[in-house]
Amino acid sequence: MNWMEIISALALVMFIIVLLPATRNMMKNSARGTSADWMGFVIPVVVVFLFIMFLVKLV
Amino acid sequence: MNQNYSTAAQRSSSAIATNKVLRSTYMLLSLTLLFSGLTAALSMFMNMPPMTYMISVIGGMVIAMFVLPRFANSSAGIGIVFLITGMLGFGLGPILSMYASLPNGGNIITLSLGGTGVIFMGLSAYALATRKDFSFMGGFLMVGFLLVLLAALANIFLQIPAMSLMISAVVIMIMSGFILYDTSRIIHGGETNYVLATIGLYMTIFNIFISLLHILGIMGNDD
Repeated sequence: MNWMEIISALALVMFIIVLLPATRNMMKNSARGTSADWMGFVIPVVVVFLFIMFLVKLV
Repeated sequence: MNQNYSTAAQRSSSAIATNKVLRSTYMLLSLTLLFSGLTAALSMFMNMPPMTYMISVIGGMVIAMFVLPRFANSSAGIGIVFLITGMLGFGLGPILSMYASLPNGGNIITLSLGGTGVIFMGLSAYALATRKDFSFMGGFLMVGFLLVLLAALANIFLQIPAMSLMISAVVIMIMSGFILYDTSRIIHGGETNYVLATIGLYMTIFNIFISLLHILGIMGNDD
């Protein structure tokens, strides 16, 4: 394990610790989406996934 | 009757304020992307070592998390956004040089850049056209992002190539969600500070580009 990996690991641990309270807060205060709301998110993400597969075919 | 006029006037003034935030965000985002491109080119020209990427990303993230929120409401915030995006762009230089040296490196970089642009513009257009409220996704996206950070941390020790490919794919999905979430927050008045809105969208674009570069780099050189 080189020093760059050690610094990267330490930075990731720091980011996780810093983001944890904000994540808990957002989990508590986020509105609950209906199944129609979630479909509005899932469909574009599936399109993005298919687009990435298309890019992989192109390269 | 007067109350109706007053409500209509309030709505109209709120819509104008939202449009102003959106316009300012996209204007600043365009300028920061251009600036990042310049610093990336400078970094490539200077032939910076690979550790530049790690130092720039950590430095940029630390400034974005701890310094920017304190200055987001002042004109200094704009300067700090340029500092962060300039640093991140400068960090990209060695990565781009490394991909450019691959047999089809130019193709990989062009496809990643174009792909990132298409994903960002497509999702932004979707959020703007449908005007759906994606605020319910905040907790889900943050948990997903934390899990990705944990997986990336684990993979520093495990060194599994398939896992790093999977992490990049999941990062693109989560960042796609963040584009919808951030754009929807601007449209619905949840984000009124264009400096913070810009850095949020910039980070999603940066992460999508890096992840796409990683995926196409691996898939394009499997022979």
